[in-house]
Amino acid sequence: MASHRDLPAGLANHLFRNTGSSSFTEFVGSYAAELLPRRDNVLATPIGDQVPHATTILAATFAGGVAMAGDRRATAGNIISQRDVEKVFRTDDYSCMGIAGTASTGIEMARLYRVELEHYEKMEGRTLSVAGKANRLATMIRGNLGMAMQGLVVVPLFAAYDPDRDGGRIFSYDVAGGPYERERFDAIGSGSIFARGSLKKLYREDASADDTVMMLIQGLYDAADDDSATGGPDLTRKIWPIVSVIDADGYRRLSDEQVGGYVEQMLEARMISPDGPIAPLR
Amino acid sequence: MSMPFGYASPEQIMRDKADYARKGIARGRSVVVLQYDDGIVFVAPNPSRALHKISEIYDRIGFAAVGRYNEFEELRLGGIRYADINGYTYDRSDVTGRGLANLYASNLGRIFTESIKSLEVEVVVAEVGDTPDGDAIYRLTFDGSVFDEHGFAAMGGQAEAVATRLKEHYRDGMPLADALEVALTALTEPGGERTPVAQLEVAVLDRTREHRKFLRLTGPRLERLLARATTPPPAAEQPPAEPPKEPPTDEPPAEPSAGSGEKPPPTGPDGDVDDGSSPL
Repeated sequence: MASHRDLPAGLANHLFRNTGSSSFTEFVGSYAAELLPRRDNVLATPIGDQVPHATTILAATFAGGVAMAGDRRATAGNIISQRDVEKVFRTDDYSCMGIAGTASTGIEMARLYRVELEHYEKMEGRTLSVAGKANRLATMIRGNLGMAMQGLVVVPLFAAYDPDRDGGRIFSYDVAGGPYERERFDAIGSGSIFARGSLKKLYREDASADDTVMMLIQGLYDAADDDSATGGPDLTRKIWPIVSVIDADGYRRLSDEQVGGYVEQMLEARMISPDGPIAPLR
Repeated sequence: MSMPFGYASPEQIMRDKADYARKGIARGRSVVVLQYDDGIVFVAPNPSRALHKISEIYDRIGFAAVGRYNEFEELRLGGIRYADINGYTYDRSDVTGRGLANLYASNLGRIFTESIKSLEVEVVVAEVGDTPDGDAIYRLTFDGSVFDEHGFAAMGGQAEAVATRLKEHYRDGMPLADALEVALTALTEPGGERTPVAQLEVAVLDRTREHRKFLRLTGPRLERLLARATTPPPAAEQPPAEPPKEPPTDEPPAEPSAGSGEKPPPTGPDGDVDDGSSPL
């Protein structure tokens, strides 16, 4: 007869075994490793340009929070593989991540990351610090380095509300991990160069959440204007960018009607000035 | 007796184990779980801020336990692993309270039969649905029995007395403030003093919330809710206006004793107001 000590809760399948850590990823690794994304495969030929890629994500902080926006286009080589893909994910009540690069790997990573954060929170009875969350994501990216070398690159952008500072924080990553904390704003993906250039001129310190969302919509339009892989607002199908705002009240995703309002306002102004708002010269 | 030395019949062993577990569980304080219009509320008198008796397991599933802390903590952690691994393997909607209750039941049952000492715990697994009909409250005892409770459950301490009071006052579809009031009435012995707010652990599974339904109610928020629940009593405390109304609708013994006893204000009016308003 198995004694109580041998099997902590009499379980044969180890659900009740204490792994000594509150990390979900570590638990899955010991319990059902095959469920974790495989990192050790070697692909015969790189398939990087044959699988859908997610493109541009922007984030900017404002007084008391942070906002993130992403376009809706996924591309495979020169094909638009999806027009309404979602690449900004809520990861817990006070954080979200956007993904650029291989869409499937990124979506899977976001799903695992969400469980990771919640698992810790439930096991420990407290939420991870923002730095802790950012570091955890870095480890996941680093784990994907082998696949990234094969062409399955995924790079996230992480944004969170930090209650200790009563403000938003943004972290970016590269294929080997990170995190790199960014002041004010950042962008990732193929259109990021144009988006960053646009935000550089549009960003205002201590702007309201409303104004910051408008900055992101403008920046995204500028990215779509110059980058073929970034999708602009789809007027005929009414597909708008995904916009998320996180502040002391937690994560909320703006509804299609709300985003539609921003987009229409922006387009109206661009009818007159196609390149968007003009920054003062001095 | 011609029994060999050290022999005990299986019946005797089981009875001893069960008695042992029951005694351990009855030593603590009661925990109450009940349905309200927008979900399920858990109430536990708990002086500790760090050691929780109530916890979130998954999006729609909550957990409450009484008994030995280290033992039910083990169950809680195992439950979270079960839920997270299933939600990650399949889909978040595929994690159910029934599955978790079954997992707990089989483990509690196995430990009860196999080990020398059974777990001295009793747990409730509650799952909130999209409508009140979809709500489920499972109560599991130390031997692995599962009770599918309707509307409310009480466990630990003087569980039977608490359950009786709960049954008296419980109504379907109460607002949260009323449900809290009912829970506190049930947890308070007649004539006893109520647990101060600072020593209450309260959480809800609120079906109107997005994503994760579990929410702890603490601090000012809980105080406001309790204040809202206790607003009726002041009206009831005015003896001239109320007495004619209350005695006929309520059980008479509780009311006069509370009203004319040494301590009229603390429990008497609260309990009575609730009784009077419930047609049950």
